[in-house]
This record gives sequence, structure tokens and C-alpha cells, in this order.
Amino acid sequence: MAEKNIDLKPDNINVEEKSEIEQEILTPWKLIRRKFLKRKPSVVALIILGIIILAVILAPLLTVHDPYELNMTNTNQPPSREHKLGTDELGRDNLSRVLHGGKVALQVGIFAVVIEVILGTLIGGIAGYYGGWVDNILMRITEVFMSFPFLPLVITISAVVGVRISPEQKMYLVMVILGVLSWPGLARIVRGQILSLREQEFVLAAKALGIRNTKIIWRHLIPNTVGYIVVNATIGVASAILQESALSFLGLGVAPPVPTWGNLIQYARDMYNLQHRPWLWIPPGLLIFATVMCINLIGDGLRDAIDPKS
Amino acid sequence: MSEVLLEVNNLKKYFPITRGFIKSKVGDVKAVDDVSLFIKEGETLGIVGESGCGKSTLGRTLLRLYDATAGEVRFRGKDVLNAPKDQIKELRKEMQIVFQDPYSSLNPRMTVSQIVGEALVEHGLYRKGKELDDYVVEIMNKCGLARYHMNRYPHEFSGGQRQRIGVARALALSPSFIVADEPVSALDVSIQSQVINLFTDLQRELNISYMFISHDLGVVRYISHRVGVMYLGSMVELADKNALFDNSKHPYTQALLSAIPHPDPTMKRDRIILEGDIPSPANPPSGCKFHTRCMYVEDICREEVPEFRDLGGEHFVACHLAK
Repeated sequence: MAEKNIDLKPDNINVEEKSEIEQEILTPWKLIRRKFLKRKPSVVALIILGIIILAVILAPLLTVHDPYELNMTNTNQPPSREHKLGTDELGRDNLSRVLHGGKVALQVGIFAVVIEVILGTLIGGIAGYYGGWVDNILMRITEVFMSFPFLPLVITISAVVGVRISPEQKMYLVMVILGVLSWPGLARIVRGQILSLREQEFVLAAKALGIRNTKIIWRHLIPNTVGYIVVNATIGVASAILQESALSFLGLGVAPPVPTWGNLIQYARDMYNLQHRPWLWIPPGLLIFATVMCINLIGDGLRDAIDPKS
Repeated sequence: MSEVLLEVNNLKKYFPITRGFIKSKVGDVKAVDDVSLFIKEGETLGIVGESGCGKSTLGRTLLRLYDATAGEVRFRGKDVLNAPKDQIKELRKEMQIVFQDPYSSLNPRMTVSQIVGEALVEHGLYRKGKELDDYVVEIMNKCGLARYHMNRYPHEFSGGQRQRIGVARALALSPSFIVADEPVSALDVSIQSQVINLFTDLQRELNISYMFISHDLGVVRYISHRVGVMYLGSMVELADKNALFDNSKHPYTQALLSAIPHPDPTMKRDRIILEGDIPSPANPPSGCKFHTRCMYVEDICREEVPEFRDLGGEHFVACHLAK
């Protein structure tokens, strides 16, 4: 028995490495956190995004003026001690409107992407793993969704239901539309990845172990596509925020008086404002840019941190 | 010896060849064609044959990783191929597989302890926690891996260590039968011997039966009790290791054995060189599949399929002429 144990020793155990046994054994989560923290740009982006989100959430506490409070005697003021970013054409405090407007942008961005990721991964995963007619049907549906023209569809929906619902409901409508129209791209990427992954032997091994299909998809296949999903999701958040701004800018998204970064820029769109009142449109523009940039950087860092090989 | 653990009768696995947009079937690749064998408890059955002869397909089909076309597999008398879902799950605990490629057979996103422990949780034998971890470490130790390897990912290991992880995964459910699908072919020769010793040690300790698939005759001779030779999807000879290596009856086996390299280069050998190529398994020759390349071929070989018969002493041969 004694000599057999010697036989069974791993080929690389030697004296120096034995001290490693005493070392801390890192769990996967600790490892991901440690690797993420090593990536400086991502950490800075996370801090900046954190500040933006905090400012948006705490907007009622940070501002003295109500974003909807009109003051006709005090319109179009430049920045002053009272109104740090001036006032708009109806005398509303611009700083307050910018901070409150962030709530819509961030909510739209995050919810639209949650919808996109859930639908995209689920449908792509099932289509890729089961293949055959399941794949065929799901991919045809995906193609139908992909061929919806975005703007005409949104204009039509806004025109049909826009007048009947409150601005708040309209915001949720925008989220759902953005999410539902953006999942096909992700679904196709996930499906393609899983098609090649499922031919690998570890999937066969999982089958031999008696692992359920749902678990094979969820624990073996999806984690191997997580890099693509994270990249897609961060780009998705960014593009949803931009699309919401674009829609609001066109007057199709979230309706006034609810402020959003997009429609704040829209109000400032005339030549005079652009040239002489930059405090109206630069702050929301800068915030859109900073948020999108931060989310992309965080996504980059997250993808690298999750990948065990990096 | 002891009782029969696994019995395979006339197993067939055909892969359909389809063509065109509507995928009409135009033929079959007969990867496994009418194979019968049995494996006793605590025994190693070696399966040899050149690449593409259906060795791996045979192993995977009898584990029901592929759906068999026809035939019967009995494990401890229980029908495997027609077992309902809940029984299959029980059988999975008993029958496991170790793969050839230590790279693609381990999920790169799972740590060693997740890989080894997953099936235990799935089958409800353990819950996640300390007990599971302790058991996983015990299995890992058995396979020559240390506790601190637990939270590492497969890419941090060498080929030999990865193969040990593969063995540990198969061993976790304490199976009584393991299909070892060329487990050492992808490894360095020096590592090969370590992994082979791991297999034999585990067999001695846990009384596991193996079906050891390989194209390395030296390895098979070392590890097996009995050896089966496959050619073009069929078993041509199956006998006790010594009987097969020293007294082979089938001309194909004889040719195969004569190809084993000898350490002494000056020694004269009677090398049997086979003429021609292996026929396509989609369109195998009539009668005896080997007749196109056999040096002893007679008329009967071209017309009649030889029976897989016992020459006495459990020495099976599929040849009309063997005595």
C-alpha cells in the first residue's frame, strides 16, 4: 500500500510547491474580483459610473429646485449661484432636470439590456443546443424580429398608443421596444458559439454523468459564451441609452415634461441655444458620453476577469 | 473468473449519409456493425484497431451517448438501450467514460472541484458544502491530485494532470465500469505510464471493469486481461491477452501484431504487409470484410459473412479458415 501511494503522487508535486498548499485557496469569485481590480481603466470607470448613478438616485436630495417647477419670471438664465446650470425657457432649474433625467436614461439602458440578454441567451442557447427543427423554428423567428425596421415601428407604436398612456408608461414602453428589438443579434451569437461548443467532449462527458439538458446548457455552455454576452450587454446598455436619447430627441420617446438626457438636448437644439447657452446641452451630452464610456470599460474589464484563461 | 458485468449482443450503430436540401438518406456509415462481447467484473477488455474502425463509437454507443441502430446491451442483466429515463440515470452512476483528448473533455470555465463534484450534486448524493468538498478531495487524492488543485481551472494543468481530472470525474460516482476511450493516446510516453498505472491501481483497489480502447498494442497488452480486435466496424478476434498476442488466429490480427515495433533494430522480422487500403465503412465488401486485403482469401470469404465463433477457451474469431 505504501509504495502505491508513491505511485499515485501527482507528477509535479515537489518540495517548493508543497508550501503552496498552505497558501490561501482562492474561490472563483475571489479570483474574478481580484482580476477585475487589477484593471485600472475599468476600476476608474466603475467609480465614475458609481458617482453618476449615486447622483441620479440622490437627485432629490442634491438639488433644491423641483425639476417641474415653472418660474416665468426667471427664464433662460445663465448659470448662477442659485441655478448652477441656469434655467430653461420655462424657468425650470437645469441642474435638477439633468440629474432627474439620468434616471430615465439609466433605467431604459439597464432594463432594455436585461430583456435583451434574457431573451437572447435563452433563445440562442436552446436553438444551439437542441439543433434540428427547434433551431430552425427559433432562428426563423429571430430573423423576423431582425427584419423589423426600427424607426418606422417605433413611430407607429408611439403614434398609436402614445397619446393614451402616461409619460411614465411610455418610458416602460420604450424599454420593452428597445429590448425586444435588440435580442436577435445576441441570440445569433450565442447560438453560433453553442453550436461549436456542444460538439466538444466535455458536453458528452456531462451527458455520460447524467447531467440534465437544462443544466448542460446553463452550466456548461452558457458560461463559455459569457465573454460575448458581456460585451454585447455593455454595448447594448450604451446603445439603448443613445437610442432613448435619439427617440426623445425626435419627440417619440419619453414625453415632456419628464426630463431625460435625450430630450434635454432636444430642447436646446435651436441655433441660438447651441451658440449662446452651452450649459443647457453640454452637461446632458457629457453625461451620456461618460455613462456609455464607463459601461463599455467596465464590460471590457468584466469580460477579462471572468475568463479564467486571462 | 467472476461474473459477467456487461454483455453486448449484435450491437449496430449506423450513421446515415444524407444529401441535398431535404436531407434524403443515401446510405449508412456502418461504424459499428454487429459487435458482440462481454466484460467480467474487475476485468479489462482491450479494444484495438486502426483509426476509423469504430472503437470509440462502440464505447460511446454502449453507454448510450449515441443511439444504437440495433442490438442489445445488458449491464448486470439490465437492458441499457431501452431503459427509461429514470433507470438511465441510475445506470450513469455505474458506467462512466474517460475521453481521449484531455483538452476538449474538460469545461474550461469550471474549476476542478466543480468538474469532479457536479455529478454528485446532480444525482443527489451530496449537497454543496464541506462534505462534498471533502469527498471531492478524497477522489482527487486517489487520482494523484492535491487539495490545493481544487479551485484551479483546467488550463492551469499539464496534459497528464488533466487526464487525471478526467479520471477523477469518472470515478466520482464510484462506477463499476469505465470506458477508457484512448485515455493515453494524447499524452507523452513518460506520462502515459503514470496514467496507465493509475488505471491499474484503481482497478485493484476498487474492482472496476474497463473497456480500454487504444491503438497502442503495447499499452493494451500491458493493461488488458482480454483483447478484442476490430476491423471496419466488426470484431474480428476476441481472446485472452496471451492467446491473442502469442497465438492469433485471424489474418488481420496477425498483420496488426507484426507491425509492433521491436526495440532491437537488427532483428529480422516477418513483417506482414497488407495490400490496398481500408474499404469505406459506407460500402463494406461483401462476405468477410477483410477479404479484399487477406492473403489467404478463398471463394467462401467473398460470399459468406464469417460467423464470430468460439474456437475453444473463449477464443472468438470471425474467419472461415481459422482453426
